[in-house]
Parts: sequence; structure tokens; C-alpha cells
Amino acid sequence: MPRWGMVIDLDRCTGCAACEVACKSENNIPTVSAEQADMGRALSWMKVETELEGEFPETRLLFFPRPCLHCDNPPCIKVCPVRATYIDEEGIVGQIYARCIGCRYCANACPYTVKYFNWYDPEWSESERQHLNPDVSVRPKGVIEKCTFCHHRLQKAREDAAAEGRELREEDYQPACAEICPAGAITFGDLDNPNHRVHELKEDPRAFRVMEDLGTEPKVYYLRPRE
Amino acid sequence: MRPEVKEKLARMSRDERVLLKPLVETSRGFYIVAATLCAITAWGIFAYYLQVRYGLGLTGLNRPEYWGIYIICFVFFIGISHAGTLISAILRVSKAEWRRSITRSAELITVLVIGFGAIQPIIDLGRPDRVLNVIFHAQLLSPLLWDVISIGLYFVSCTIYLYVPMLPDLALIRDSGIKAPRLYRFLAAGYHDTPEQRARLEKVIGVLSIVVIPIAVSVHTVIGWIFAMTLRPMWHSTIFGPYFVMGAIYSGIAAILVAMVVLRRAFSLEQYFKDIHFDYLGRLLLLFSLLWFYFTFAEYLTAFYGGEPSELRTFWAKVSGPFAIPFWTMVAGCFFIPLALMSRKSMRTPKGTLIAGIAVMIGMWLERFNIVVPTSVNPRWEIESIGSYLPSWIELSIMAATFSGFILLYMLATKFVPIVSIWEIKEGREISVREVSERVAEYLPDEREALVPGKVR
Repeated sequence: MPRWGMVIDLDRCTGCAACEVACKSENNIPTVSAEQADMGRALSWMKVETELEGEFPETRLLFFPRPCLHCDNPPCIKVCPVRATYIDEEGIVGQIYARCIGCRYCANACPYTVKYFNWYDPEWSESERQHLNPDVSVRPKGVIEKCTFCHHRLQKAREDAAAEGRELREEDYQPACAEICPAGAITFGDLDNPNHRVHELKEDPRAFRVMEDLGTEPKVYYLRPRE
Repeated sequence: MRPEVKEKLARMSRDERVLLKPLVETSRGFYIVAATLCAITAWGIFAYYLQVRYGLGLTGLNRPEYWGIYIICFVFFIGISHAGTLISAILRVSKAEWRRSITRSAELITVLVIGFGAIQPIIDLGRPDRVLNVIFHAQLLSPLLWDVISIGLYFVSCTIYLYVPMLPDLALIRDSGIKAPRLYRFLAAGYHDTPEQRARLEKVIGVLSIVVIPIAVSVHTVIGWIFAMTLRPMWHSTIFGPYFVMGAIYSGIAAILVAMVVLRRAFSLEQYFKDIHFDYLGRLLLLFSLLWFYFTFAEYLTAFYGGEPSELRTFWAKVSGPFAIPFWTMVAGCFFIPLALMSRKSMRTPKGTLIAGIAVMIGMWLERFNIVVPTSVNPRWEIESIGSYLPSWIELSIMAATFSGFILLYMLATKFVPIVSIWEIKEGREISVREVSERVAEYLPDEREALVPGKVR
């Protein structure tokens, strides 16, 4: 059984936010107005956070792409009163939009603040509407949504591999963000499979996980920027 | 008041006359207040309609400030509900005779306020249409589900605990025929106050008053656990269960005091809510202001002393940061004001307890604000910029409607049931005076002959 995970090299990340854009268009994430975004209502399953290090003028800007960390021990699924958020046997943490009651308890329980709420019904312009991804359901107002490691792509990749009568290869299943990253900062694959790059990368001396001490066992690793 | 009703009342005992009068006579002021409250409630219902139609975007909530006014009110109202049950149950179990005139009004607060509290998380839902999923897809590991179970049980047991001790009074109204004979025939459920029925009634009340205590304690413990079970700074605290129960009882006592002052004034119940009641409840309030300080101090000191950065960010946000005003107002309302007032006998009067009671209610509402909001806007992951929260008019309207709806139903209830238990007052006069002196005699070392009831002055 694969255990899907991601390694993000902060040394390579240029902060271009292509991952954000690719994620939004892949997953039908609605855009919101500037006022709403200022209120903290923007939805962005993958978000490039910026952090300023050091004192002026000796400063350094650090980019920190943040998807859902797909914890092996996710605090969000324990608190959901209706089993609307779950972890599947391959370690992907998903959300059942049709069942979620919108209590936002999972969003509060998540130490990484990566669950997003639909404050209004999504709105798209006519041209955007024509480009909606038919493989990803559109969420109504009032439910929580989150990064899914593009698990609809996994389904498709499995079907293709089965049709061609071969094993699933690493390149068959890549989430939109990993696929698009021009700097090659995002690596995705099966953490337990020695043939996948993430297997080795997660053992890199620069590798760390966010707030590992919480015991959430995230499956997204980061590589510290080189000095 | 119709003449024949007036005549019937005139033939009754003084207790019955005074306490049944509000059921048959309604002042103009009552209608004016009720109409105002109706209007506010209707406004709030309209606000909720808009929220359901357009989404929770109409509130001031955002990411990471996911919970706001509704959850604060949820904790606040369920807290107030501890007024009735715990206080009346504890006083009954401990045979505190001064409880007799205050239990009914307290229990009524409980039942009504649980209802208004329990709808708050539903108002807060993004998908209220799916609320039954908590039954169809119940996930028992969720503290929210523990809450559904424990509040459900609490509501049922408190309703029974309100209704059963009401039976003799309902039968009295039925027999007197002063109001809606068919309604009271139904409500009194064939109770005729025979000695056998009375004995059974007392037994049931005795059992209920013990059963409701652990249920009440569980309710607010579980509400505290909703927060404490998450890993968030200043929520993830072992003290939250007991801290919430203590705070709930505290705000409950304050609510009873405020209600008593209003009822006393509105229905001229000076003979029933006497100075001694305010004195005793004032002492209880004083005790809880000290307990509140103890718990709060323990909670904040632990967070501060540990010095974990994420805890400290929330700590300083409350103590000297953007939440300093609600924080210090809370400390004043929950500690300094009630302490200063209630430690003086001259202030343990209706007026003094009213001021202290209102201060405590405001303070306790702010306490819940200070628990919910500062932690919400300070997520653990530090690269997250600090959020902000400004409640929208929709949230404030719904909150106003909840308060006015509760007061409205409480007012209406006083038109259907005597707000002071008539039979318990009667029982106090007829039996307890003797019983208590016998009991006191029993406490003492022998020489019982000297203290037989007849000789007590």
C-alpha cells in the first residue's frame, strides 16, 4: 500500500506561486473579491506563505508553500462529528463535501490552519465556468474544503495503468502543484517506495516536518534552505 | 380581571392569592415589553434568514477566526442554564430551606435557556439543513457529539425536573378554575395531591435532584472539552472541564439574582424574595468570585510560566495586546466588582446583587469571548499572520434576538405557572418549620429534652 507524501525544497522555491495557480484551476477553487480576501476569506489549498528573516538591512525573504500536510494522525478527523473528513488507507486526508455540516471544528483543530470554508456560494465568470475541471466536484456554500493531493488524478492514473497492464509509476500520479513547479521544488510520491524520489529526500539532512512534536505525523516534508 | 375570577382569588389563602395573580392579571407594561421583545426577535429571525440564504459570509467570521459570537453565546447560555438545576438540586439535596421560593424561577431559566443555547451551534453551522447528519453519521470520537448527547440528556432531565415539582401547583390552578380549565386539566395529569401521590412526588423529586447534578456537571465539562481537546494554545488545557463548570454555576447564580430582582419588582414578590435570599445568594456569588479568580489565575499562570511561544502569543494578546479591553473588563466584572460589592453585608440587597449580577453576566460573556476569539486569531503555525474579528450586524442581531427571545418566553411562562412554587411554600410553613427544629436538635449532643420543638422559641 503506497503512503503518498510530498517533499518541498525551500531552497529551490522562488515564490512564484505557480503552484497556487495550478491548484486553483485544477481543483475549481473559486476566487473571491479583494475585500473578501482582506477579511481572510480567500481559499487557497496551496498557499505560498512568506516570512521575513533577520533585521533590516540584513533581511532574507523565505517562501513557504503550504498544502494540507496530510498528517498520518490528523487532529481534524477526530473532532468531526459526522465523519465528513477522513484519512484513506493510502494516507490521503479527504473531505466529503456532501456530508459536511459546516461546523468548522476540523478547521479549528488543525494546527496548520489548512482547512478552508466556503463563506458564500462560489461564483465564476462565464469564461471561468467553461474551464472548470469536470473531475473535481464544485463545493456549495457552508462546507469545509481542503487540499486532497489531487486524489482524482490518482484514480485516473490507476485506471490508465490498469488499462495498459502495468504498475503505477511515480510520474503517473503527480498533484497539480508538483507538476507545475518550474523550480522543481515540489517532489511527490510514495514515501515508502524506495523507487520514488521522496523516499530518499525525506531522509535528507535538511529535511524537517512542521511542528513534529505535536505527534500529528505530517506527510509533507520540507528541506531547509541552504545557508 | 373578570369579577368571578377576582372572587375566586379572594377566597384563596394569601400565598395563593399573591402568586396566582400574575396568571390572571396582566399589566400594560407587560404588553409593551413583550411587543418590543417580539420585534427584536423577529428582526433576529430575519437576520438568520439572510444568513441561511447567502451564507456565513454575512458574519464577521473568517479564516482563522472560525468561531465567533454564536459559539460564545452557546457557551454563555448553556452556562446560565446551570442556574436552575444545579442550584435548586444542590439546595434541595442539602435541605437548605431558604430555597423554597427561588427554585421554580431558577429551574424555569434552566429549561428555556438550554433551548436557546442549544440552537446556537446550529445557527453557527454552514449547512443547517444537514444538522441531522450528527445522528445519521454520528462519529463518537468528536467532542461535539458528546455535547449533542449530554445536552440532549440535560434538556430532557431538566424539563422533567421543572415539570414534576410543578404538578401540585398545576392541580391547584385546575381545581381553582381561574384559568384555561382544559389546559390545566391536561397539564396537571390527574394529580390530586392525595397523601399517596404527594409521597410519590417527593420521592421522584428526591431522585431527580440527585440525577440532574452529574448530568449538569457533564454538560459544561464537555463544552470545555470541545476547546480543550484541540491542540490550540490556551485551549488545550486540563483545567477547562472544571473551569467551565465553575464558570457556568457562577453565571447561573448571577442570572437567578437578576431574574429575582426583576420578578420581585414586576409582581410585588417582596414577601417571597426577601432580603435574606439576596443575602445568601450574594454570599454564594462572593464565594464564586473567589473561585473564579483562583481558576483563572491558575490557568493563566500555567500558560505564562511554561513560556511556550505559541501559548505566550495568545497570553499577551489577551493581557496587553488587542484583547486587553475585553480581558480586563472581564476581570473587573467577574472578580473586582462582585468581590467589592458582595463582601459587604450592606450591599447584599436586591440593588447590590443586581449590580453585581449584571457585572458577572457581562464578565462571564466576555470570559467566553476571551477564550474563543484570541486563540482563534493566533493559530499555532507562526507564519500565519494574526487574524482579526469584528462581528457583523447579522451576528449581533441574532444575538439580540436570542436574549430577547429568552426573556420573552420567560415572561410568557410567568403567565402560565406561578413563578414561586406555592405548594413548597405551604409545605415550608406547615412541615419544615417543625422538621428543621427537630433536625437541629438532632445535630446537638443529647439533652434533647431541653430542645423539643414545643419549647423552642
